[in-house]
Amino acid sequence: MTEIQKRKKAMSVSPLKASQTVGASLAFLGLQRSIPLMHGAQGCTAFAIVFFVRHFREPVPLQTTAMDQVSSVMGADDNIVEALHAICEKNSPDIIGLVTTGLAETQGCDLRGGLLNFRKEYPQFANTEVVAVNTPDFSGSFESGYALALKAMIQTLVPDTSATEEKRVGLRKRQVNVLCGAQLTPGDLEFVSESIEQFGLRPLLIPDLSGSMDGHLNDSAYDPLTTGGTSVADVKTAGESIATLVIGASLFPAAKALHKRSGVPEYRFNHLMDLASNDRWLSTLAEISGQAVPPRFDRQRRQLQDALLDTHFMIGDRRVAIAADPDLLIAFNDLLASVGARTVAAVVPASSPAIKSMRLNSVKVGDLEDLEKLAREHKADLLLGNSHATESAIRLGIPQLHVGFPQYDLLGGYQRCWSGYRGVRQALFDLANLLHAPHNEIASYHSVYSQKHDVEATGSEHTLVESYG
Amino acid sequence: MALKSKDIAELLDEPACEHNTKSKSGCAKPKPGASAGGCAFDGAQIALLPIADVAHIVHGPIACAGSSWDNRGTRSSGPDLYRIGMTTDLTEEDVVMGRGEQRLYHAIKQAVADYAPPAVFVYNTCVPALIGDDVDAVCLAAADHCQVPVVPIDSAGFYGTKNLGNRIAGDAMVKHVIGTAEPLPAPVIAGHEDIIVHDVNLVGEYNIAGEFWHVLPLLDELGIRVLCTLSGDARFHEVQTMHRAEVNMMVCSKAMLNIARKMEDKYNIPWFEGSFYGITDTSEALRSFACLLKDDSLTARTEALIEREETRIRSALAPWRERLAGKRVLLYTGGVKSWSVISALQDLGMVVVATGTKKSTEEDKARIRELMGEDTMMIDDGNPKELLRIVDEYHADILIAGGRNMYTALKAKVPFLDINQERDFGYAGYEGMLELVRQLSLTIESPVWQQARTPAPWGVSSTGQALTAPIPFLQSTTEQAMVGGLSLKETSPLPDRQVAGEVG
Repeated sequence: MTEIQKRKKAMSVSPLKASQTVGASLAFLGLQRSIPLMHGAQGCTAFAIVFFVRHFREPVPLQTTAMDQVSSVMGADDNIVEALHAICEKNSPDIIGLVTTGLAETQGCDLRGGLLNFRKEYPQFANTEVVAVNTPDFSGSFESGYALALKAMIQTLVPDTSATEEKRVGLRKRQVNVLCGAQLTPGDLEFVSESIEQFGLRPLLIPDLSGSMDGHLNDSAYDPLTTGGTSVADVKTAGESIATLVIGASLFPAAKALHKRSGVPEYRFNHLMDLASNDRWLSTLAEISGQAVPPRFDRQRRQLQDALLDTHFMIGDRRVAIAADPDLLIAFNDLLASVGARTVAAVVPASSPAIKSMRLNSVKVGDLEDLEKLAREHKADLLLGNSHATESAIRLGIPQLHVGFPQYDLLGGYQRCWSGYRGVRQALFDLANLLHAPHNEIASYHSVYSQKHDVEATGSEHTLVESYG
Repeated sequence: MALKSKDIAELLDEPACEHNTKSKSGCAKPKPGASAGGCAFDGAQIALLPIADVAHIVHGPIACAGSSWDNRGTRSSGPDLYRIGMTTDLTEEDVVMGRGEQRLYHAIKQAVADYAPPAVFVYNTCVPALIGDDVDAVCLAAADHCQVPVVPIDSAGFYGTKNLGNRIAGDAMVKHVIGTAEPLPAPVIAGHEDIIVHDVNLVGEYNIAGEFWHVLPLLDELGIRVLCTLSGDARFHEVQTMHRAEVNMMVCSKAMLNIARKMEDKYNIPWFEGSFYGITDTSEALRSFACLLKDDSLTARTEALIEREETRIRSALAPWRERLAGKRVLLYTGGVKSWSVISALQDLGMVVVATGTKKSTEEDKARIRELMGEDTMMIDDGNPKELLRIVDEYHADILIAGGRNMYTALKAKVPFLDINQERDFGYAGYEGMLELVRQLSLTIESPVWQQARTPAPWGVSSTGQALTAPIPFLQSTTEQAMVGGLSLKETSPLPDRQVAGEVG
């Protein structure tokens, strides 16, 4: 049982948290011809665009209901109708993710009422799906907002067959649903798809950021909507798949909702970031498909085993500080534990049910200042966190591995694959390289009685270069 | 107390701004579903955040600070407190139970206790404005308790646009900070004992990527002491002393014009608008100082410095000029920058085919016509699609615009230069021109564009459809053997397909 230390400070310093609204928007960016619409002041959206653009280095479709002084006080439900109308007329998207901000929620918006009015007033846009979800930034965090959006997506788009006699499960004999957590990068999702395809199955990723936010050049120069991702039509068939795979504990409520509506059997994973979880992943796919695990995975598994041996010298027993959303923390904690490292400081922006049962004594709900203090107090050797944690790492004088959102000072960070045997192996190599850095060497000692007069000239050469033969 | 509509109207009414009589005065009402750009909070924070030693606390739930802190290219020569994000990070309980004020009070105490700043700025945002937190009263009480100035900046996002936020910020400085302390006596510099030192301010200079440090040594040389740059690399004490300046310079910005105007009314300080982009404008700005300061010795020394610097930089730019002259530019940037950057590009012999004028005043437009001729293409609505169409139609070699348009350009495989605040390079002053030409050449001459535009040799487009047109083969103009990868030499032509194929 993990002890959760609650937030005690009045002020959050160097925040780790990104808002629920932003997290929910990300989920909708993984659908095709989609655009998230934030119900709030236009700054809410402008900040979110900058947040995503700097992380993905991609243009990001995102719109706003542009609440102003008058509508903030007098009611902004009309703004919802007007915004939906403007977007439909201009871009005719397949789906709009209507997410709320703290402003709209404080004002007491009637999200579903606004949507209903839009449907009544503009029946000609019935082909555009709208998924409405309440995601105020004064509760939860990025991860919970993403999970709420995914649940709303399922409840809006997947037909509920729980009350009917008709069985639709398995109508698509090779189709497997994957509910993909907020911690998965486009690179992770590519691994997920490819590994499933290896078993002759068809992956249906909900949502699929690897189709939209993977950083690819299109033939068309400008697109106002997402240019890839899972199609709305495909999401609607999720009830006809043979199985649902869930990656990320934050998605378990969404998975439960899908199971309840459709009866599709589900398999839950916290992550695919250590040997054990990947063993189970492949065994599950073999079971679902009735096919043997392809030999290449056996090879990759042996490679990972070898890397575990090679890197445990550097990573083993090292002290790590992690700042991340809960699911990502769980994943890295398991990965590090699998090679013998210890998480000595763990900070999450908001609590989640899953961290209560993770393999860690204590987790702090807080900010990067808390992380810095804990890391210093517990003498961490390495820091895992987003780009905002870079300054902390510099002040602490320890190396940093970039993980999570946002990563604006690391090219390619947004697409890095951490999952699968190969992803884990590369993560191990990188961890080992960071911890192998010179500052971990024993500092040279100069005896006061020494007769040597070369201290000034060659002092630095006297350090021990190889601690481990 | 939240800003009343009367106060907002007052801020929007800026007599010193040429926009004032137009319908676009201050801020037009944003259109739901078709809006881009920041809010008043964004504008206020951008305007003041570079004040480096102040604790900047954002009072609101996480989205306001969470997605925006640590997000500017501005540089400090000393303290870096401004780079630490601080927010009350309001929770649902705070909102429902009305505990926001209490949390803010303790947040200010925490900031003072942990970081000992000379002042605390509190930015109010939508949610606390809506639930009626009395931020002014909390700031007063906290200032009294902590014995540190606490400045409320009432900037809820729904008040209006970024532009309004700039003015709210300026207004807060005039109301609460400027004139609350006296400047230190100017030090006497050895060798310059006979020079009269003049005090000036720069308003709207943000020291992006440290670019103002290209200019500051020149001002030092002339005996011009910058009391304060609002707000790049500024300190709280500097802002307090701004009322003692003899001249204010408005740098590339209409947004904080209210500061210059109010300081003219209140302290009788004359001001001028200028820019440090380009050789011509930099010289012009230096001359304007000398002119307004009415010091004959300064005027003579300024002219001498300008002549020396211009000669030096023009000879340094000569080889670059050869490479860039005649290149066609589509410039899309706001307001004053549209003409100030035009002159910088024309100094290099480049052709500006069109320019954005969305935020420009009639006076700005007149200057553009003066620089570029009557039939200049002026772009009022620069949506990405329109920009790309113009790039195409006018055969532009490069798009120069703000960072948010960067990926628009790159996706369309068009060379791009970032000119706005998030950029990593400083272009100001004479010296900044060298960085500008380096960056321009780097992207325009890069071999990546050709490669990005060449379709796959096996004839499948990125949408998965087979191409019907034959693949355009590249003309080989080099016999250079390619070993181990593509040559990235600046001006080397792209290798032909066969050679590249062997490499791959």
